[in-house]
Amino acid sequence: MKNDETLFTAYQKNLKRERKIILSWQLLILISFISLWEVSSKMYWIDPLLFSSPTRITLSLFERFINGSMFTHLSVTLFETILGFIIGTIGGVIIASSLWSSNRFSRIMDPYLVVLNAMPKVALGPIIIVALGPGYLSIITMGFLVSVIITTLTVYSAFNEVDPNYEKVLKSFGATKWQCFKEAVFPATLPTIISMLKVNVGLSWVGVIVGEYLVSKQGLGYLIIYGFQVFDFTLVMSSLVIIAILAAMMYKIVERIERWLIKNTK
Amino acid sequence: MSFLTLDRVSHHYFYKNGYTKALENISFTLKEGEFISLLGPSGCGKSTILSIISGLFKQTEGHVTLENKPITESKLAIGYMLQQDYLFPWKTILSNALLGPKITNNNEDSMRQTALQLLEEVGLSGVADKYPTELSGGMRQRVALVRTLINDPKILLLDEPFSALDYQTKLKLEDLVGKLLKTYHKSAILVTHDIGEAIAMSDRILVMGSNPGTIAKSFEVPIELRNQLPLEVRKHPKYQILFDKIWAELEEKEKQKGRSS
Repeated sequence: MKNDETLFTAYQKNLKRERKIILSWQLLILISFISLWEVSSKMYWIDPLLFSSPTRITLSLFERFINGSMFTHLSVTLFETILGFIIGTIGGVIIASSLWSSNRFSRIMDPYLVVLNAMPKVALGPIIIVALGPGYLSIITMGFLVSVIITTLTVYSAFNEVDPNYEKVLKSFGATKWQCFKEAVFPATLPTIISMLKVNVGLSWVGVIVGEYLVSKQGLGYLIIYGFQVFDFTLVMSSLVIIAILAAMMYKIVERIERWLIKNTK
Repeated sequence: MSFLTLDRVSHHYFYKNGYTKALENISFTLKEGEFISLLGPSGCGKSTILSIISGLFKQTEGHVTLENKPITESKLAIGYMLQQDYLFPWKTILSNALLGPKITNNNEDSMRQTALQLLEEVGLSGVADKYPTELSGGMRQRVALVRTLINDPKILLLDEPFSALDYQTKLKLEDLVGKLLKTYHKSAILVTHDIGEAIAMSDRILVMGSNPGTIAKSFEVPIELRNQLPLEVRKHPKYQILFDKIWAELEEKEKQKGRSS
């Protein structure tokens, strides 16, 4: 028995060691990237005016957080993205459900969905701004538009892939179409919908940042464009760093929600 | 007294580029409490007959009546059991068993006791809160049986419900179904391609021919075999005699098909 125990501890130790190796490599890459950037900027290997440097970015971020200006921009963009993400996902699921509910409706809508899906949604930006005015509404709409069509198509095809025998069982009890949806089709598709959440996080960021590029007086997208126009690339880089951190955080949170949902709906 | 009647039922499947006639002139009656088997090669339209009786789709010609009323008017008359259990993996065993009452708004809560009782009767006590993935194939099919029986259907439609199980489980489940149907005095139609299973379980066997599906011949199962449990029937001397007769009939069909094509 003792032998089994030792084998197991050896296995666990090995796992731990592997994790440590991976983590140290990850840190090594990060640190060498930052230091290489810093050194090349200091030594004028790259133009510090264009590519800035980690210390400048840190200082600039520090300053902007102290006077609170970064926080306003950050919260505006975050608010727009989260809203665009939620509306896009829920909207996509609702449209997919209505397509599922009527075969004829889905066949009528098919060519339109194909065109809308193939179309780069950000190209609609100017029209949206003209229609909805330069403000939150336009930008949230952009965040929503980028994710809604692909959500619709993915969820709809997942609805159709549900084993028809589940519906057969329900129909043998005299279930209505709505009961079939509620009892079989929707719960069976839930994993697809949840994994769609992760895709949509990224998509909504695209929509919102592009929206802010086009029109806005606030937000991280605005900061990037403003920094570009006044040739303050430290500001551009700082905004990019913040976007990267926020997007990664949002992704992680959605991943948590996903795990929780899967555990609780089984 | 005839209970369920199929009167010259035909069915076509239509496709973009043509159609196939799946059933032609199917007529038979099922008496109350009777157990009929539909026996035939795959693709002879056996399952189509069940789908029509259950109202999943409508036949293109002919009539199906239950107690002299069109089958579509009589609600709740049919319990359908499929080849696989199709338990909903996200529901517990108990909620799976209570699916019927939930759909028909029969107040799920009042049926809870009945469900637990039925589960116990099929030898599944203490699994009510488990999920289908935690159960073996035979257990899952027994849950499916409970799910079918709980709405107290007048007729059970069994679409090869034992074919996906291993042999021992299959024999045990045949016994269980046979016993339950006798106790509750239910009528049933079993679709199968297993001659032994058909003899062991039914009172009457309808052998089907294919392309299009027709009823070729009807065999009465000897009275001595009818009241025995399926496992006992298989040991009875008359079992083999009937088996050979049906075998010969099916062989004959095969030969005819070979000649005509």
